[in-house]
Amino acid sequence: MKAGDVAYFRAQSVSDAVAAFRSCEGDARYLAGGQSLLAAMNLRLLTPDLLIDIAHIDALRGIERRGGEIRIGALTRHAEILSSPIIASHVPLLAAAAPWVAHPAIRNKGTIGGSIAFADPASEFPAVALALNARIELDNGDSVRFVEAQDFFLDLYETAAEPGEILSAVWFPVATPDQRCTFDELARRRGDYAIVGVAIVADFSGEIVDRIRIVFFSVGSTPVRALRAEAALTGTALVDTDIELAQQALAGDLSPSDDVQVSAATRMHLASVLLRRQLGKLPVPTPKAVRA
Amino acid sequence: MTIDITVTINGRLYRASVEPRLLLSDFLRDTLGLTGTHVGCEHGVCGACTVIIDGDSVRSCLTLAVRADGATITTVEGLGTPEQLNALQHQFRECHGLQCGFCTPGMLMTGMDLLKKYPLATDDQIREGLSGNLCRCTGYQNIVAAIRAAAALRNETTP
Ligand SMILES: Cc1cc2nc3c(=O)[nH]c(=O)nc-3n(C[C@H](O)[C@H](O)[C@H](O)COP(=O)(O)OP(=O)(O)OC[C@H]3O[C@@H](n4cnc5c(N)ncnc54)[C@H](O)[C@@H]3O)c2cc1C
Ligand code: FES
Ligand code: FES
Repeated sequence: MKAGDVAYFRAQSVSDAVAAFRSCEGDARYLAGGQSLLAAMNLRLLTPDLLIDIAHIDALRGIERRGGEIRIGALTRHAEILSSPIIASHVPLLAAAAPWVAHPAIRNKGTIGGSIAFADPASEFPAVALALNARIELDNGDSVRFVEAQDFFLDLYETAAEPGEILSAVWFPVATPDQRCTFDELARRRGDYAIVGVAIVADFSGEIVDRIRIVFFSVGSTPVRALRAEAALTGTALVDTDIELAQQALAGDLSPSDDVQVSAATRMHLASVLLRRQLGKLPVPTPKAVRA
Repeated sequence: MTIDITVTINGRLYRASVEPRLLLSDFLRDTLGLTGTHVGCEHGVCGACTVIIDGDSVRSCLTLAVRADGATITTVEGLGTPEQLNALQHQFRECHGLQCGFCTPGMLMTGMDLLKKYPLATDDQIREGLSGNLCRCTGYQNIVAAIRAAAALRNETTP
């Protein structure tokens, strides 16, 4: 199918873009990489009246360290995240997730701002943002505000951004030396949206887990924190019995549903398998004591 | 509403006035008659429409023609000619990397990008690089073999 008729405006600045959004009487949409929006328009799932091209706004670019955080501009493409040395060393969880996002040609165009703003529950970057509780920078043309990731993803494709607000950047905390992370997902084919996936980040004191955040995606209408599993693991050394308890706790954390790919029960089982597998892979800072 | 654009495609400059909703894939095929770029799904899944824009492989079905203004694009017509195939096309023929040929333009453009970014491409990198391109005929093995052979030959000839 073909996209419906639409007007097009190329914005040079955020205030330019927001002004165009506000003066549009119909449905206006910001166009970033277009890798979700144009697919939806071609299928006529979306029929906006105006596309506001934000890809030429320089203020939305760049990856830089600001104090204890890395600021990633909204227009940063998935392919740039994959190859950025700053992200590899300071936000390793994001670097670990990037190869799982779509295919090379889509990563060459798709942007992190578009991925977080679109808030597809099967997407990798929203889950990483939640696991690290990144700060989402929102710009309405006059002022900038921040929303923590844990308050940002509200429901299916629904976020805390107000209509017209541009997601200008995502701020990730710099990984500390005692922090370890891991990311994995199960999909039928490399690059497809996940059947179920998990992002884990843990702070250790020696070999004991001080704090751990576990986020599953593709299991509900938003990325989901497994709070009970986290509680079961806090203060432990992640030995097999701890991991078993966390797997049991998971039943209270997730309530996935059926879809065309798998049943809810299979998805729950796969989440549990993924949790055990990834906790086993979490590289503990000091060698674990030899178990009797 | 139409918008004027100027695009360089396969070394040739084109000027046109396009509707915003016109996809680059349709611009190439219908407006310019460059029908080498194939269209399978129009939502990014099959990879048949892949072209190279400013050095990167991109889905032409998920790109508006207006956004190609000022860009440099290579399509399959810009690789070799039937008389003089380029190195990768030659390996597709040698390795039997195509049957009906529908997916082939997208496979070639994806392969070109892959070989540029991973000159020493391993089988894993080739398979992962092709993950977004569907082929209903070959079973993929000979496509992987063709790209592997092109990489190997190039590394033999360029010290
Ligand atoms: C075949 C295929 C497979 C894919 N597989 C995956 C996958 O496995 N995992 C995954 O995560 N994604 C996947 N994607 C989606 C891809 O990652 C998109 O690039 C991404 O979801 C959206 O980014 P974009 O820049 O293309 O946004 P666009 O498509 O331009 O926009 C998406 C939406 O977000 C809004 N928006 C965009 N940027 C901003 C901003 N800065 N501020 C406010 N609103 C904004 C737009 O108005 C629009 O509503 C896939 C896409 C395709 C076509
Ligand atoms: S036609 Fe573009 S990916 Fe299928
Ligand atoms: S050769 Fe027929 S689809 Fe690939």
